[in-house]
Amino acid sequence: MTAHRSPAVALERIAKKFGHVVALRDASLAVAEGEFVCFLGPSGCGKTTLLRIIAGLERQNVGVVRMAGRDVSHLPPSERNYGIVFQSYALFPNLTVARNIAYGLEARRKSRHEIDGRVAELLDLVHLRAHTQRYPAQLSGGEQQRVALARALAPSPALLLLDEPLSALDARVRLALRQEIKALQRRLGITTIMVTHDQEESLTMADRIVVMNHGVIEQIGTPVDIYTEPRSRFVAGFVGHMNFLSVVADARPGWSRLGALALRHRAAPPVPAGTPVTLGIRPEEIIVGSGARDAENRIVGRVAGLQFLGAFTRLRLDLGDSAPPLECDLAMGALAEVGAKEGVELPLALRADALRVFRDPTPPAASDA
Amino acid sequence: MPAIGPVEAARIPTPVVRHRLDGERVLRGALLTGFALFLWLFVGYPLLQVLWRSLLDNEGQFIGVANYVRYVRTPAIAASITNSLWVSTAAMVLTVTLAFVYAYALTRTRMPWRGFFRVVAMLPIFAPSLVHGIAFVYVFGNNGILTRQTGLNVGIYGAKGIIFAETFYCFPHALLILVAALSAADARLYDAAAALGASRLRTFLTVTLPGVKYGLMSACFVVFTLVITDFGIPKVIGGKMSVMATEIYNQVIGQQNFTMGATVSVVLLIPAAIAFAVDRLVQRRQYSLVTSAAQPLAPGRSRLARALLFVYCATIAAAIVGVYGVIGVTSLVARWPYSFAFTLKHYRFDTIGGYTPLLNSLEVAALTAVAGTVLAFVGAYLVEKCRTIASGPLYVASILPVAIPGMVLGLAYIFTFNAPGSPLNRLYGTLALLVLSNLVHYFTVPFLTATTSLRQMDAEFESVGASMGVPFWKTFWRVTVPIALPSIVGIGMYFFLNAMVTLSAAVFLVAPGTELAAVAVLLMDDAGDTAQAAAMSVLIIGSGLLVRLGFWWLLRGITRRTQAWTATPSEG
Amino acid sequence: MRRLAFSLLVLVLFAMPAAAKDTVVVYTALEPEQITDYMKAVNKTLPNLDVKMLRLSTGDISARFMAEKDNMQADVVWGVAATNMLVFKNAGLLEAYAPKGLERVQPLFRDKANPPAWVGIDIYMSAFCFNTEIAKKKNLPKPASWADLTKPVYKNEVVMPNPNSSGTGYLSVASILQRMKEPGGWKYLDALDKNMAEYTKSGSKPCKDAAAGERAIGVSFEYVAMKMKKDGAPVEMVLPKEGSGYEMEANALTRKAKNNAAAKAFLDWAISDEAMRLYSKYFAAVSVAGFPVPEGLPKDISKVVYPNDFDWSAKNRDRILAEWQKRYQK
Ligand SMILES: Nc1ncnc2c1ncn2[C@@H]1O[C@H](COP(=O)(O)OP(=O)(O)OP(=O)(O)O)[C@@H](O)[C@H]1O
Ligand SMILES: [Mg+2]
Repeated sequence: MTAHRSPAVALERIAKKFGHVVALRDASLAVAEGEFVCFLGPSGCGKTTLLRIIAGLERQNVGVVRMAGRDVSHLPPSERNYGIVFQSYALFPNLTVARNIAYGLEARRKSRHEIDGRVAELLDLVHLRAHTQRYPAQLSGGEQQRVALARALAPSPALLLLDEPLSALDARVRLALRQEIKALQRRLGITTIMVTHDQEESLTMADRIVVMNHGVIEQIGTPVDIYTEPRSRFVAGFVGHMNFLSVVADARPGWSRLGALALRHRAAPPVPAGTPVTLGIRPEEIIVGSGARDAENRIVGRVAGLQFLGAFTRLRLDLGDSAPPLECDLAMGALAEVGAKEGVELPLALRADALRVFRDPTPPAASDA
Repeated sequence: MPAIGPVEAARIPTPVVRHRLDGERVLRGALLTGFALFLWLFVGYPLLQVLWRSLLDNEGQFIGVANYVRYVRTPAIAASITNSLWVSTAAMVLTVTLAFVYAYALTRTRMPWRGFFRVVAMLPIFAPSLVHGIAFVYVFGNNGILTRQTGLNVGIYGAKGIIFAETFYCFPHALLILVAALSAADARLYDAAAALGASRLRTFLTVTLPGVKYGLMSACFVVFTLVITDFGIPKVIGGKMSVMATEIYNQVIGQQNFTMGATVSVVLLIPAAIAFAVDRLVQRRQYSLVTSAAQPLAPGRSRLARALLFVYCATIAAAIVGVYGVIGVTSLVARWPYSFAFTLKHYRFDTIGGYTPLLNSLEVAALTAVAGTVLAFVGAYLVEKCRTIASGPLYVASILPVAIPGMVLGLAYIFTFNAPGSPLNRLYGTLALLVLSNLVHYFTVPFLTATTSLRQMDAEFESVGASMGVPFWKTFWRVTVPIALPSIVGIGMYFFLNAMVTLSAAVFLVAPGTELAAVAVLLMDDAGDTAQAAAMSVLIIGSGLLVRLGFWWLLRGITRRTQAWTATPSEG
Repeated sequence: MRRLAFSLLVLVLFAMPAAAKDTVVVYTALEPEQITDYMKAVNKTLPNLDVKMLRLSTGDISARFMAEKDNMQADVVWGVAATNMLVFKNAGLLEAYAPKGLERVQPLFRDKANPPAWVGIDIYMSAFCFNTEIAKKKNLPKPASWADLTKPVYKNEVVMPNPNSSGTGYLSVASILQRMKEPGGWKYLDALDKNMAEYTKSGSKPCKDAAAGERAIGVSFEYVAMKMKKDGAPVEMVLPKEGSGYEMEANALTRKAKNNAAAKAFLDWAISDEAMRLYSKYFAAVSVAGFPVPEGLPKDISKVVYPNDFDWSAKNRDRILAEWQKRYQK
């Protein structure tokens, strides 16, 4: 990964519409060689469409797709050199596992010997040696998934495309396969783009996440970046949990008002006083109890509900009429310490360095995922 | 929804980036063009010819709707419309009622011999329609065996004969639909009705009937269309009664009055098209009827009901066997009903040049089966898997043929393939044209079957292939076709059996050297050689049954071979 | 894919006209069972000829021939009513040709032009078939004349061919109209219609229906009546005492016959002695003198027929058929 090398995949200002439905607007992106990138976003945001445009299975209205510096926009799928795994796997039911994996190799005029060798290699890679002669219908979902992966990798493509490869599996298998795919990708060093709408999946697997919404790329960044520095209200809400407060900008830069209360927040480009803005803070960033006594941005919340979530408990705190309830995560120890019980009033502090400012004027109804 | 409306969409240019032309795209384009051309040449254009001709006089002058005015003003001809409508309605009610009870007995009871009853009821599918007319004359005619025995003459020539013979002919078609509809019942509804203390009658009226409502409607439309477009039976047993289909035949074959034939054709298109449109709507709704959670219904146990239904089924089965028995016997005796001496002389077919028509029919049916299967499957594949702006229109054009009565198609082909100076003339008078007309006439059902089986496949097979540089035709051949093989075999059989018995389009298109067996039956009956007509019918039915058996055997082999990969359902 | 290509190829191959090795396309209205007999002889005498035949009733074959005038399929018209031949000739569909042996044909039996547009081969006439078994059962008297057929006892017991499709049907109607004149003839036909059970497409079907016992009386022609009787059906032939209608059947070469030489060879054979001998097994008279009359038929037909004015029949054909249709086609 040297600076002067062309990215493995580069998208330049891609736009795509289906009739009157705009699926993608002006999407640009560069994926470095060997990188694992996730497209993350809610249903219908255009993830699959973007992936299929890279694959050449869908044709964009505007924009350029480059692979290793070469413009491939005009190449049919068969000339783009990638492997793909679909959500349904699309395994050929009438061919055995071995023949499925050999499918792409047979088209390449390889000798039977070579093909058999490569198939064996891949079967080892995905730990399916024992199932060579089975038909897909005789495999479990996870095994099918691995056959699909092996089939896509068999011709040694430069790029691996995965469209929600894990969504059809149950939770346990999904967790195991996450690890396996990631490890495999590391080992082979193959550039990989995976589509998912599962934020956890993207956070754990991706080198970089591309968050999309309504056909627009909202943010591109490492998982940590995306989590800690969400650039939009949407990203903040979609990746992890975030409390939102509708406030108006104060005359003092770095300040805003929630009713009568003045709140200091992170530094942000100044806006005219009175402009409505949104403040966001993650549940675990709210200080509760004695620690809040002499901090900035102090408020009082009454516990309206507790939700036990294993390692921590989520409190719902009513702030009175002026604002919607806040959610706040407390570890087991802290919970006992502050004496949180339903109906109890607790002192809270919203750390100024955790209060992010979003310019979105009016938050839409459904905010968090 | 955010503001991604038409305004924004308008800012994105409509044309998509073009991919470089490669062999695959060229081939796909060529196939699509070929398919479109086929549909235009053999469906769209001929139909327009009929429409156009109905607006001309016999000298080719444009006269607007004058032909239609003349049609409804000529009482003799206009009567054919009302005759057609009421005969078809009566046959429809009778057939669907009889078939419903029969289907009910087959699906909702455990009476013995169900398999046998089912097979026997399918027999009429193997015979040209007019065979049923001929058989009825032998049994109920003025000198029919029953009339002679009982002295009771039911007066079979006319509406009565048409309705009864059509009922026989259409019975299996209605039965197939109704058996399917009744088999799909949800037991939970019956349990609920029983729990609520509903009487049997009430359960029947509130659960059974609504449950098969769409099946019933579908059966009604199918039978109505079959009857109103059939001309074999009215021709044989209609006596002085004229219906629209025989009217077209008389106008065209008798008088070569093509414009009047075209006019009647267009009028005949209307009820067929309406039935078709409504049936499509009904079919669309039917899918939602049985949810995936439905529980299959365990057949009822009432002994009396079972006994009554058994007698009912046995009676109908006996009648069907009787009809074919009569055909068989008359073909083997010297002179029905005077001399019952055994003879094979009716099987010599001196008057029609021996076995040529039968061989022609077999050849046409085989070619129709091969070419039709390829075309229907490849066509459905192109429409389903190669999405273009043409897909919608191609789909519509592909399901349109079912709404075209065979006679109208035959007439349309005369206009198209016997036009002076047309390069298509070479097809006129060839077996190929007969194959093509069958192929189009029976295209819709195979096309829909193929579409359904393609839709059940994963949509991404081709994409997977393409991603690995495997051309689409290879994936088609190695994956799509093997998976769809049972459907494909079914399609071939459908084409073959229908091509064996069809009369309506063929009767306009046979020429010296291309005589067909079903047409020969018609001509021999026309000439009064009914025993020979019966003999030919026996051969048609026999070869149909043989071929059906062959297909059954083939299908069994395929099922056994494919069991390996379908036995254990996948969980994914 | 390969299979698709193969099937298309097969289709295309079949679409090609079969290699024209002395093929001749013949349109005929002769009775099917006779044709079988004739074709045996043709195949022996002219082994190089591949005869493709279309056989339909007189009216049907004529209508089809006329309809194909712009894309003519037939090379030869064989054994089609002279009345229709006159129509074809006037429409310019025939090519004059004098077949070998023309001089033997009696002058009455040929087109007057030289060379003739058509040459006759036979004469046949209308005759009734009467089923005696039914007669006994229903107590029906045997009809002796056209007039008898309108008697109320025969209600729904009579069938005759539709003159639109059948030559027999037309010759009967034409003969009645010539004999009784219009409108008297139509009045008779109205009365006859009241007794009619059905109008059949083919000319032989009424007699076969009578033979099968489906009807009591069938108006057909003499040969089929005789044949049914010989085959053991309980029928008797009746030649109406007013005189039978009759018709001549003739051959012609079509305009721009595709297979001209073969067509001429066929036409030559069709008036040869061999052909005449075969025709004479079936017809009351053939166009070359000196052949025997079939057993059971009158030796001199001029005694039993009502003279036919062919020109009148041809000239008024369209009008008569239109009128007939208007009155009786329901
Ligand atoms: N072939 C098509 N025709 C019309 N509209 C389409 C087509 N394919 C996608 N769309 C529309 O484009 C938009 C984006 O679709 P896409 O499949 O890319 O979403 P996605 O992000 O993959 O969603 P999901 O998570 O549900 O798979 C959606 O509004 C969808 O309805
Ligand atoms: Mg998707």
